[in-house]
Amino acid sequence: MALLEVEDLGVTFRGDREVRAVDGVSFTVDAGEVTGLVGESGCGKSVTSLALIGLLPKQNTRRVRVDGRALFDGLDLLRADTRTLRDIRGREIAMIFQDPLSSLNPVVPIGVQVAEVLVRHRGVSKAEAQRRAAQLLDRVGIPDPNRRLKEYPHQLSGGMRQRALIAMAVACRPRLLIADEPTTALDVTIQAQILELLKELVREDGTAMIMITHDLGVVAGLCDRVNVLYAGRVVESAARRPLFAEPVHPYTIGLLNSIPRLDAGQGARLTPIRGSVRDVLPWSQGCAFAPRCDRAVEECLAGPPEITGDPHSFRCVNPGVGVDLEEVR
Amino acid sequence: MTAETLVELKDLQVHFPILRGVLVDRVVGHVKAVDGVSLSIPRGSTYGLVGESGCGKTTLGRALLRLVEPTGGTAVFDGVDLTALGSNAMRTMRRRLQMIFQDPLSSLDPRQNIESILTEGLATHGIGADRAARRALVGETLDAVGLPRWALSRYPHEFSGGQRQRIGIARALVLSPDLIVADEPVSALDVSIQAQVLNLLATLQADRGLTYLVIAHDLAVVRHICDTVGVMYLGALVEQAPSAELYTRPLHPYTRALLSAVPVPDPDVEDRRERILLTGDLPSPANPPSGCRFRTRCPWARERCAQERPELRTLAAGHTVACHFAEELE
Repeated sequence: MALLEVEDLGVTFRGDREVRAVDGVSFTVDAGEVTGLVGESGCGKSVTSLALIGLLPKQNTRRVRVDGRALFDGLDLLRADTRTLRDIRGREIAMIFQDPLSSLNPVVPIGVQVAEVLVRHRGVSKAEAQRRAAQLLDRVGIPDPNRRLKEYPHQLSGGMRQRALIAMAVACRPRLLIADEPTTALDVTIQAQILELLKELVREDGTAMIMITHDLGVVAGLCDRVNVLYAGRVVESAARRPLFAEPVHPYTIGLLNSIPRLDAGQGARLTPIRGSVRDVLPWSQGCAFAPRCDRAVEECLAGPPEITGDPHSFRCVNPGVGVDLEEVR
Repeated sequence: MTAETLVELKDLQVHFPILRGVLVDRVVGHVKAVDGVSLSIPRGSTYGLVGESGCGKTTLGRALLRLVEPTGGTAVFDGVDLTALGSNAMRTMRRRLQMIFQDPLSSLDPRQNIESILTEGLATHGIGADRAARRALVGETLDAVGLPRWALSRYPHEFSGGQRQRIGIARALVLSPDLIVADEPVSALDVSIQAQVLNLLATLQADRGLTYLVIAHDLAVVRHICDTVGVMYLGALVEQAPSAELYTRPLHPYTRALLSAVPVPDPDVEDRRERILLTGDLPSPANPPSGCRFRTRCPWARERCAQERPELRTLAAGHTVACHFAEELE
């Protein structure tokens, strides 16, 4: 059994108008494996992760409705009570956010923030926690950890802050790590350092990781399995190599064709996806991507397409099977 | 492409004073944001400036338009030294030098409709005889950037990110400038939209003979649209070369590290790649290292690097590099 099994997860924000941000997402995560959730802004990738660790505002009240199941080692995270979730968060499941400056407390020294997790979950003394915090900072590659422990977030560089955040996340050796765009705010050379660090943590501790990103390059280097999201649903899911070698969903193909690549011919015109993410069709009426799709046929508007195929699955009635990327490019 | 030079920067400097003091501010040092950059951009070509945050690339772009005042050096634009112009003359000149900003939403006034945004510059520079003439000009510009005419009466929040960036481009374009400084023109946009904007910039250049200075941190984007690329580190150029040459034969250790750090959406490339991992962070530009500024993070640094600051040397046609040992590293 997989460590985490997400089944038909849905998140609806209610207001004047209902917004179904996540619309039936299913995927699994195994120990020691990196699962990628890829998509553009508004596809529901971040809301998925927030739903999993119960960080959506006022869950299951009038404002947000969450449905589906998310079994973490047999426990349904979506139905767990607040107390259970508090024990799990930080100890069993930890999260790394995109912007380290806004996820750290600006008026508390780094050392206290890292140690807090250990005091809360491991019940160690404050002195012992500080000592372990120094080891953690050292492990994530922060030089001179004893001095850094006493510093405040604004005194650290962006890369250093992200390392501190990772140190907090791995402090209790969680079984599942959720990383939401952990390198998007960083420069490429720093991004490379952080990605190496995350790889090392997964390899050495056997941690399972959910990697949320919009960067297909990051996915290609890090993820074992990739789920491509569009308008709140998984539209294609495959192991890393088949996904890049033989993408079948027109959206995945479109994404791959629209990015300038360092290893491709220079100056060739890019093939963008037309329109914008605003041009979506509600899934109930057909394929949400149809208004932007070059391969759209009448059938696409005949109701929501089902996800088919295993282990390389896709949600499309007119897939670009056998499309040779080299040829398209 | 003609060989005529449109922009020529010579030893351009922007030093910001660091002020300290209780009652009277005293200058206690300088942040050398741009510290002696020389480059030239031929008319009709695209020059790309790459580097990481804090390297001074944005300040350089702004200094060229004198949105920040250069503290030294010259910036010659079409034969005129911009740094010597009075503020009125500079304002008139700015019609010919326009800018596209990174974040389209915060660079557009939320309470101005699109027509007002686009005609404001025309009125300032006295272009177009009357309102009807200006409207016609604005209409043509909207067509050129691929926005519908009904956009004129709308407000910025009613548009998507990609459309807003088109509005920003239209605002620059409507004054028919010679040079457009594009500061991170696509980094705030979704991947599928980036390609649309990059293609638009290429089309506009082909149609109107525009010259671009593109400032970006995304090396793949820069490679895609630029003819010449300059790599900046801590306020200075460390390498400059024709785009194809720079990417196939990077000579400066920093360029090599940058290129090796860019993730490529291809598992085979990713699995085979050997990353040159840099240690540490960018040193403070207020207190840069002695000698070569990159030496504190350079895997190949030697004694000479700490003592002597390397000058830009020409190693191949149009390919200059500021490293003592560039030949040996190849």
